[in-house]
Amino acid sequence: MRQTVAALLAKELALELRTREAVPAMVLFSITTYVVFHFGLDRDRLTGDLAAGVLWVTLLFAAILGINRLFVADHEQGGFDGFLLAPVDRTALLVAKVIALFSFLCVVEVVAVPAFAVLLLGPGLMQAMPALLLVLVAANAGIAVVGTLVAALAIQTRARDLIVPLLALPLLIPAVLAAARTTTPLLAEGGAAALSGDWLAVLALYDLLFALIAYAVFDFLLED
Amino acid sequence: MLVFFYAPLDADQGFVQKIFYLHVPMAIVALCGFVAGGAMGIMHLRTRDQSWDLRSYVTIHISVILAVGVLVTGSIWARASWGHWWVWDEPMLVSFLIVFLLYATYWPLRFSIEDKEKQSRYASVFAIVAGAFVPLNFAAVRMAEQFTHPQTGATVGGGMPPKFALTFAVAFIGMTCLFVTLCKYEMASKHATFRLRALKRKLAGDDDALAVGSRSAAPQL
Repeated sequence: MRQTVAALLAKELALELRTREAVPAMVLFSITTYVVFHFGLDRDRLTGDLAAGVLWVTLLFAAILGINRLFVADHEQGGFDGFLLAPVDRTALLVAKVIALFSFLCVVEVVAVPAFAVLLLGPGLMQAMPALLLVLVAANAGIAVVGTLVAALAIQTRARDLIVPLLALPLLIPAVLAAARTTTPLLAEGGAAALSGDWLAVLALYDLLFALIAYAVFDFLLED
Repeated sequence: MLVFFYAPLDADQGFVQKIFYLHVPMAIVALCGFVAGGAMGIMHLRTRDQSWDLRSYVTIHISVILAVGVLVTGSIWARASWGHWWVWDEPMLVSFLIVFLLYATYWPLRFSIEDKEKQSRYASVFAIVAGAFVPLNFAAVRMAEQFTHPQTGATVGGGMPPKFALTFAVAFIGMTCLFVTLCKYEMASKHATFRLRALKRKLAGDDDALAVGSRSAAPQL
């Protein structure tokens, strides 16, 4: 199981390193979205709940781009067939894809969050950084699990680009809600306030629940 | 009838409050329908019996129709009692809208998968994921409001005088019966359609089989 996951993950990362398809597009998209928000809201500096909202909506939309691309190569070039012919546990594909999407999101955020601090954020980011990292990791895990599930569900349909956002956005609303509420005190005017533990717990619960659901139903999405 | 003649008028909302007996049971039944659709999805994946997929499809279908009714009556009630068509800090309304938006994707999903067997399998997976999402979403949105409005803890039926409670119970049972009846009718109509199609196919000889009824995304037996 572990070997299979490692092999699949290495394949994913090698593919992304060579084609550079998803991650650069996601980074560019998130920076463009900041510019759009700047003109849409007509503000130069954001603080508190507005800043948290803009940050999370941007990251969510960037994630949708990555989710859309997640299974495309497997679908178009027969990766699914190859995987199904191999005598391995199907859950390995789920785990590998979730880790791959999770790491893509982390790479995007390494660029997108500092860019947000430079372009739009009022208060400094340094003070809030340790707590913000925690929230980012928890939210990324949730987005990665739900995103993989939705991508696997949508890849066999004719209207993939349409189905992915329609399914993923409502499913991710609780995650974004919890993430934005946790981030709000961190980006408050006049230095970061304490982290809200309740919302972090909701986020963790969300991750756990969807990980279980994904584990339970993923096998049925691969039977062909 | 009880709604109009038996239950006392609400002190500060008057006649408009009567919509409560339609709106709340409808919402509860629709949500239970969504969760039941998910349970039927599990049954379908376990037994591979197409009839479970049909049941799941019909349940979700009727629940979505009820959900439209819930949103409309909720809007009317909100307009009458709070003065706005839509109120964002009412957790029930907001989470209901999210659930409705999610389930509205059920048909695009079904329509965009050609292969029948794959279509019903994917639809079942969707029904399970969405069915599990319903309670979670309500918990999260409710919590979001409780941090700002701690008083929104009152549950339905908690502070109601007996006359209200009785009327509410009758309305609730009535709505459940309506839901079950609608589901039964829809199932019967689907079965009749399949039967008719099978007979037609037999009459025409198997050549025209594909030409008939390709417009529907409903499961077929």
